[in-house]
Parts: sequence; structure tokens; C-alpha cells
Amino acid sequence: MKLVDHFQYGLNSPICLTWELTYACNLACVHCLSSSGRRDPRELTTAEAKTVIDELQRMQVFYINIGGGEPTVRSDFWELLDYSIDHNVGVKFSTNGIKLDKKRAAQLAATDYVDIQISLDGATADVNDHVRGPGSYDTAMRALENLAEAGFGQPKISVVMTRQNVDQLDEFKAIADKFGAQLRITRLRPSGRGADVWDELHPTAAQQRQLYDWLVARGDNVLTGDSFFHLSAYGEALPGLNLCGAGRVVCLIDPVGDVYACPFAIHENFLAGNVRSPGGFQKVWESSELFTELRQPQTGGACRSCMHYDSCQGGCMAAKFFTGLPLDGPDPECVRGFGEQALAARDGSTVIPRSDVDHSRSAPAPRKPKGGPVPLTLTTRPDRACETSPLAGFGASPTDSGLRVPVAGS
Amino acid sequence: MNAAPAGPGPDFDPGSAYRCSPQVALRPEPFGALVYHFGTRKLSFLKTPQLVEVVKGLEHHPDVHSAVAAADVEESQRPAYLRALAGLAASGTIEPNPAP
Repeated sequence: MKLVDHFQYGLNSPICLTWELTYACNLACVHCLSSSGRRDPRELTTAEAKTVIDELQRMQVFYINIGGGEPTVRSDFWELLDYSIDHNVGVKFSTNGIKLDKKRAAQLAATDYVDIQISLDGATADVNDHVRGPGSYDTAMRALENLAEAGFGQPKISVVMTRQNVDQLDEFKAIADKFGAQLRITRLRPSGRGADVWDELHPTAAQQRQLYDWLVARGDNVLTGDSFFHLSAYGEALPGLNLCGAGRVVCLIDPVGDVYACPFAIHENFLAGNVRSPGGFQKVWESSELFTELRQPQTGGACRSCMHYDSCQGGCMAAKFFTGLPLDGPDPECVRGFGEQALAARDGSTVIPRSDVDHSRSAPAPRKPKGGPVPLTLTTRPDRACETSPLAGFGASPTDSGLRVPVAGS
Repeated sequence: MNAAPAGPGPDFDPGSAYRCSPQVALRPEPFGALVYHFGTRKLSFLKTPQLVEVVKGLEHHPDVHSAVAAADVEESQRPAYLRALAGLAASGTIEPNPAP
């Protein structure tokens, strides 16, 4: 049995676990996959978070992706970071850079087992700030400067690919090179507030091809979090697992301890349990009904007869779900155009699911955030882990946990 | 950030003693084990339970050949296992045992 077939049936512990520490965020990115903004009063306490870390250590989850919201606005963020690292659970955290001043940058440069991912969705301020909000480009640049100045190894610059920034791929690469950073690009998902802007922002079919060609030509040292596996149907398989890892090797713990199948699937249909329940995270991972179901072999459904099914596996579950497409049919961005046809065939009777988990400051129960200015106009909102990908960390780079390490067996 | 060098080290010599790197953790999985190297922060995989046994047993044997034999690896499979182990040595998962 090939390794990827084993993955299909699930592993003893996740390989790629995303943990969103808070729904609070200083930004309000229009495409935020977790609809973040306001802190949830039920957020895990410091003690509870440490209990989860203890459990991850026992389960030998060697490495976690921390996001939010903006994780660094939690006052115990640095304490939890240290605690995790001290317990052999390495951390990569995603941030918009707001707290990465010179002092923090120096501290981080002196810390082992921490990776930093700065979110940037435009290579220019106008493109970035349109999506992420006024001032967010400058914030990210300042953070990158501080990290470079402090001698922090190689941070990642994480970009969600949109219709407006596909043409900037070379410029993103140049920015990464300038700061000694590594470029990571991921797919825009119609998750969270992303659902509101997906039609407008997701790359066109021509742009998808452009993106794929760029990755093949120039993507050698570029991470993708395995998020473009649906593009493998163009021909050459892209590096990575090329399989939806939701509930199999991937999952999400949200700020209140809810465990979802993947970071892009914050919806009750993909809720497997809560870390506060008896048995904790391990029980949810090992025996929740949802994860057990997700570990059944996929049937392929309508895609089964497609010659490309082996390479794209029907694409992203969350992308289908939040665009109202059947989970066993084509991805909305199917490279053969079947997704577009399916989208066009939706009618008034199609139910497009929406998450009821919404912490947007624009959502009901608005209140003034304490503290600093939150410059918001337009429809722009804040971000943070807005780009956490289900297989984040599965790029081909030497500093990332590459899945392509050839090891033994048959 | 410290990324320990993982390039090809000294040539792999199955006639000498090796051990699983102290910086490496093995996590049992249905297919064998997941390998995590805390120095390079790389994930890799041991794709058969028998290979896991070999890797864990290395430190108890004076050379790689006897570790492979002790794990009851079939004769016909041994060349493949030695190639796999050479790969593991190159990635730093296993290393020469300084105190065999």
C-alpha cells in the first residue's frame, strides 16, 4: 500500500494541526477564513491551552501551526509559545506582524523551533490593503524588516492568491528574497468571510493556469501548503500529498476548543468535538464519528470517471461545501471547467451553507474594540491565520516538513 | 533558528555501528512510523514496521547487517533495506554510533 493510501485511513495523530488561539484580531481582512474580529469569551484559558499542549506532546504531534484571529494579541501568547516549544511541540505561527517589534524579533531570533509566517496578500500596498485593510502592508513590511535585522532565520511570507495578485507572483518572490524569507502561496477558500468575496476574488480559469505554470517554472523553493492540489490535473503533480487531509492527517482546534476537520471548514457539519470534553483532543481525533467517517475511502462520485481523478481527488471539500456544490462532485475551480458548470447550474433551490461561527466586528453585537486604532472602511477586515492551509508545512522546501522524503519500504 | 546540517554525511557503512539520532523521534503509525528530526525539523516516514524495528535496534548491534538480520528481514529484501538505511543516514535520521 502506498503511503498516501495509508494517510487516507487516518494516522494515530495529526501531522498538520492548526490551532487558532483567538478570534480576536486587529485587522478585518475581507477573506478571513475564520471570520475573526472579536474575542470569544469562551476562549480556552492559559491553563486549558497548556493542557492541550501536554496532550499534543503525549500524542507526539511534533509541530503545530498557530493562527487566529491574530494570535499575538493574546496576552499569554509568548508564554504559550515557550511552553509549547519546551514540550517538544514546535510552533509555526501566522501573524499580520502587529506585535513583531524589534524587541520581539530579537527574542524570536534566539528561540529554536519557531517559524513565523507573515501574511501579505499584495506585493504592493494598494493590492494588499484592499483585502487586508489600510496600513496592513506597512505593518507586514516593518515586521519583516525587524526579523531580518534581528537575524531571524527564514520567516515565511504567506500569500492568499487572488484575482488581483496572481500577476504579482514575481514581485512577491522578490520581496521574499529581499528579506531572506521564503514565499508561501495558498489558495483562496470560500470559508468564513471568504465566502462573501470568493466570486469576486478567486482567480479566473486563465489565472489558475498562469499560477500553475509559475509554480512549475519557478516554484522550487516556494511553499504551497499543498493547497493547489486540484491544479495537478493540468499535468504534472505538484509537490505534496495531493489528497484532502481533512480529519485524516489534518485538523483544526479553534479558540474555544472546538475541533474541526480542517481550518477551512468551520461549520457544524465538520465539527468533530471539543478538547474540553472527557478524553480531550485525543479522543476526538481517534474516535469521533466525523473523523471516522472522513477516513473511509472516497468514492469519487461524479468525478470518478474523470481521467484526472487520481491527481486531484475531486479537490477541496471546503471549497465545494461553501459554494453549495456536492462533496462528491467537482471542485468549483476544477481545471476542466466542470466546477464552473456546476456553479452555473445552481439555482434558487441550492442551499449555500454558511457558518454560524462569526466573530466579525461587523457582525451583530458590535462593540468598540479596546485599545489602538482600528482603521476600517470599505469591506476590509483583519486577518491573521487567514491563510492557514490544511497541509501547511508540506512544501518541498528543506526548511519545511517535506512529504517527499524518500524512505524505505516499497 | 538552527537547522542542523542534513546533507550527506560520511559514507554509509553497514559494516559499522549506527544508532537512531538522539534528535529524532519515532511515532508509531499503521504503516510503520513517522519520523521527526528536531534539528532539521523534517518529517519523514519509515514505511514498514520491520524497518522501524531495524532502526530502533541499531544501537544494540555492532553493525547494521546484524541489526537487519535480528529484525528477521528476508534475505531478498536486505539490499532494499540497506538502501533505505543509507538514505536515513544521509538525512541524519540515523548516525554512526559513537559508543558501540
